Amino acid sequence: MRPASSVLLLTTLTGFGYGLLAWMGVFDMLGWLPDTRSFGPVVILTALGFASAGLVASTMHLGRPERAWRAFSQWRSSWLAREGLAAAATNLPALGFAISWWISGPDIPLTVALGLCTGVMALLTIGCTAMIYASLKPIRQWHNAHTLPGYLIYGAFSGILLLTLILGFSHGAVRLAAGIGTVLGIIGLIAKRAYWSYIDSQTPMVTLASALGFSSGLVRPLDLPHFTENFILREMGFRIARRHQRKLRRLVILVAFAIPIACASLAALGVMPEILSAFAAMSAGMGLFIERWLFFAEATHVAAVYYGRAA
Amino acid sequence: MTSLPHTRTPKKKLGLVIDLDTCVGCHACAVNCKEWNAGGFHAPLPDHDPYGGTPDGVWFNRVHSYELESKDLGCRTVNFPRSCLHCDNPACVTVCPTGASYKRADDGIVLINTDICIGCKLCSWACPYGAREFDEDAGVMKKCTLCIDRIYNEALPEEDRVPACVATCPSHARHFGDFNDPESQVSVLVSERGSMDLMEELGYRPVNKYLPPQRARIEINSFETTESTAEGACSPLLKLLDRLLSR
Repeated sequence: MRPASSVLLLTTLTGFGYGLLAWMGVFDMLGWLPDTRSFGPVVILTALGFASAGLVASTMHLGRPERAWRAFSQWRSSWLAREGLAAAATNLPALGFAISWWISGPDIPLTVALGLCTGVMALLTIGCTAMIYASLKPIRQWHNAHTLPGYLIYGAFSGILLLTLILGFSHGAVRLAAGIGTVLGIIGLIAKRAYWSYIDSQTPMVTLASALGFSSGLVRPLDLPHFTENFILREMGFRIARRHQRKLRRLVILVAFAIPIACASLAALGVMPEILSAFAAMSAGMGLFIERWLFFAEATHVAAVYYGRAA
Repeated sequence: MTSLPHTRTPKKKLGLVIDLDTCVGCHACAVNCKEWNAGGFHAPLPDHDPYGGTPDGVWFNRVHSYELESKDLGCRTVNFPRSCLHCDNPACVTVCPTGASYKRADDGIVLINTDICIGCKLCSWACPYGAREFDEDAGVMKKCTLCIDRIYNEALPEEDRVPACVATCPSHARHFGDFNDPESQVSVLVSERGSMDLMEELGYRPVNKYLPPQRARIEINSFETTESTAEGACSPLLKLLDRLLSR
């Protein structure tokens, strides 16, 4: 599948934004956040800024962005509509969380409840994004049990790294957050490697023979319908060179997981937590963008078999 | 609504039967489809650089050619026109966030309302058959309409009220009709010849059916026989020359 930068930005940035919101809810409930009046509202608005930037980037993917509002209507059947609704709905408890913090402080039950509600909505939104991909039967690398937990883990991972960075600058419980970041980084790395070994061992869902409705026989493409690329081949027939794929996977392991894990674990031990947590967050940001690029580039679509390409 | 119609017994189930045994791969169906639809329901269709080196545009019908080798049939060419199959379980409809993509309750035709399509392309990802093509000029998705503007068009003579691809096929490999009517030509053809759903394992339950290639009824000499006969006809002198010149 062709990796469109608008969609890569969408899923990476919303991962950071909604991941941060989810952890704000949890940390507030446990009383681990700085008790200053401005901390909560500023961080919540930052998180919403990340999420909104992602959503705005995603409208660049649309052929008719001015009609984007129509995408809320079909939530009964469409995960894309559900994602839009969940994203919009998350704003309500999040703004309530910020206002309640500003007026009455982080410790009162209303703020804590709104924080938890924000966290749940944020995770639901990430889940809906994942389900858009996981529900697409023609793409075996997406339509499997790895996609949903993967998105939730990478969202939680990027969110906690962003929170660690913020806590580093505001003298909060940075070591605690960095410790959680280290654990999530390790879980994320394991999940990503499990995903890769799963898709590498998958057998294609269809063969050229079954695509043509033949129960037996050997089929080879003879003539293509057209000799230049069309929409189907550009969008669904994207191919990635095997050696690039190997290099990019190593890059993802290094930049998205190994460097952030190393930085976060040192920060958790109290070694320059302000600087190292910033390194961890920035490295994870770049690494997860490459990870998302690969998530698309490695995905194959069954329609490509009609053109003799792998699916 | 992008939820599928709940009518248990739709009045009609319109679709195509394509005979892979008689299709000669002339692309006339694809060309007439483009011709009609460039001025029809989804008009205009993009057609960039049509006479240049890199032509590119939206077509609802694409004709592939394959080489099929099987025990029953031997080795033969199979021409395969690929278009929307108007599935009974079309994920392209249910993934649509806007309601632009829909399946008609009355006749089962899968259509796009391009007035509300936002161009997110998700429906094209959900279609395993590559039947939907994006119109970069209009920013919306387009697809086969089963020539909805022909089959119900009372301005046309009755015999012309069939999809453009069916009307033009010179080898009568394409048939149009109602699969709910057991007496219709399409139902009879399917029950006589048998057919398999394309990518049955994905469960989209396509309505359009393809009739399988049949065993040839006339004797055909294989290439090997012809070649060996030709070689046998060579004189010893020519064989010697051939061997000397091949060094």
